[in-house]
Amino acid sequence: MYVAVKGGEAAIRNAHTLLADRRRGDRSVPAIRLDQIVEQLALAVDRVMAEGSLYDTELAALAVKQARGDMIEAIFLVRAYRTTLPRFGYTRPVDTGRMAIERRISATFKDLPGGQLLGPTFDYTHRLLDPALAEETPVETPARRVEAPEQTPRVTDILGQDGMIEADGELPEGSETGDLTREPLSFPLERDLRLQALSRGDEGFLLGLAYSTQRGYARSHPFAGEIRIGEVEVELEVAELDFPLTLGRIRVTECQMVNQFKGSSRQPPQFTRGYGLVFGQSERKSMSMALCDRALRARELGEDITAPAQDEEFVISHSDNVQSTGFVEHLKLPHYVDFQAELDLVRRMRAEHERRDGETSDTQEAAE
Amino acid sequence: MSDEILEASRKDDGSDGGRKAAMALLAQATSQELQAFWSQWNEKPEVETLRGPETGLVMVRGRIGGGGEPFNFGEATVTRATVRLGNGAVGHAYALGRQGEKVRLAAVFDALWQGETERRAVEDKVLAPIARRLSDDLESKRSETAATKVDFFTMVRGDD
Repeated sequence: MYVAVKGGEAAIRNAHTLLADRRRGDRSVPAIRLDQIVEQLALAVDRVMAEGSLYDTELAALAVKQARGDMIEAIFLVRAYRTTLPRFGYTRPVDTGRMAIERRISATFKDLPGGQLLGPTFDYTHRLLDPALAEETPVETPARRVEAPEQTPRVTDILGQDGMIEADGELPEGSETGDLTREPLSFPLERDLRLQALSRGDEGFLLGLAYSTQRGYARSHPFAGEIRIGEVEVELEVAELDFPLTLGRIRVTECQMVNQFKGSSRQPPQFTRGYGLVFGQSERKSMSMALCDRALRARELGEDITAPAQDEEFVISHSDNVQSTGFVEHLKLPHYVDFQAELDLVRRMRAEHERRDGETSDTQEAAE
Repeated sequence: MSDEILEASRKDDGSDGGRKAAMALLAQATSQELQAFWSQWNEKPEVETLRGPETGLVMVRGRIGGGGEPFNFGEATVTRATVRLGNGAVGHAYALGRQGEKVRLAAVFDALWQGETERRAVEDKVLAPIARRLSDDLESKRSETAATKVDFFTMVRGDD
């Protein structure tokens, strides 16, 4: 027999009205506009785009506002929205070598063509709270330096030439580019699918795993070969035109991690690489992604799998925060019947336990 | 970069290079720009909307290591539209984002650009200002970034 229990409609309705009220907060404070979020909370918007896996600054800002700044809730909203839209196609791969650079650094080579460009970074700030930002104080205009545009080739392209660094990633011949939004994941994965999952993976989870590799759980001797942030052109081939169309530009962060590798039966000693590519300005995430990508190549490079960060099924199955939060948070939904059944079971086990206890002490007394 | 695009859009060698460049500029125009150009356009043609404007997604691809095999990196919103002018010319437009009216107007200008008589006007009154704005934006970002370039110097320590 199944008995459905209903109720709570009014409570839910009122809870949602209350949520809307609390979200708006004190009415004497002006409501925040989406353009303010896009412009002034840009990195929050970038994180929602990266982990929501949907590039649209205004939608991400709306999600941040609707979620009251709860990033995972905002990411969830964006993921839900994307399922409502048709897919027009797959773009041509973006060319990060032709990026309009806004920041570009290398921790391995001081003098590289195009130079070390710090861009708008938190690095070298003193991490002291700035009371001036609490007021609306005017902001200095950035300095300019006018010079002929220089080529800024990828560091890995410059140094790959003598074979000391492995080439860009190849996949087994004939493999088709996987898409986890179309096919359910089945392990083991190729590197393309892992990168897709990592790029939308939870920043905190990947950061923790990346840190674990530095602390000795699958040590990979990493160097930040290059990090670059800037805009790349997006091109799409469409049926109605016989040339690829430029759709516009998106901002991305790319990280080339370079790792010492002592060689294997198949490969000579050389530097191997981990790769990170993330929507928006998202340096920590792209570095974490690159470290995780390298750790997850253990099987391919013939390394012993000893640490969590090398375990593909563990990492990829738990990196998606929308999936994770869905399963963790479902625990708060009513489980009244399940719990009642478990309660009955525990009661029976308890009675059994007490009966056995009684028997044991009877036998003991008899023996004495 | 944008100057090159404009230059390419002036190319009339029968190839599609010119149209590709023109469409690239229209895709990167703002909604306000295209609406202003359209309201100033003399002798507006009859416009029939054949498709859209409709918003969908594209899956953006990257390459492993930057230059290796492709992988799917994440989606982006894209809006597209197709129009037909009174003279029969069909224009298409695709652009990132969800700005329907901008994309519809981009398709109108694409259709106009294909007409021998209107091409020059589209280039001068629409494409050139967009190219100039894009090029200025790019240049100011480039010079602001260049100002954060590290100039290394060596410190000499001790007497010898």
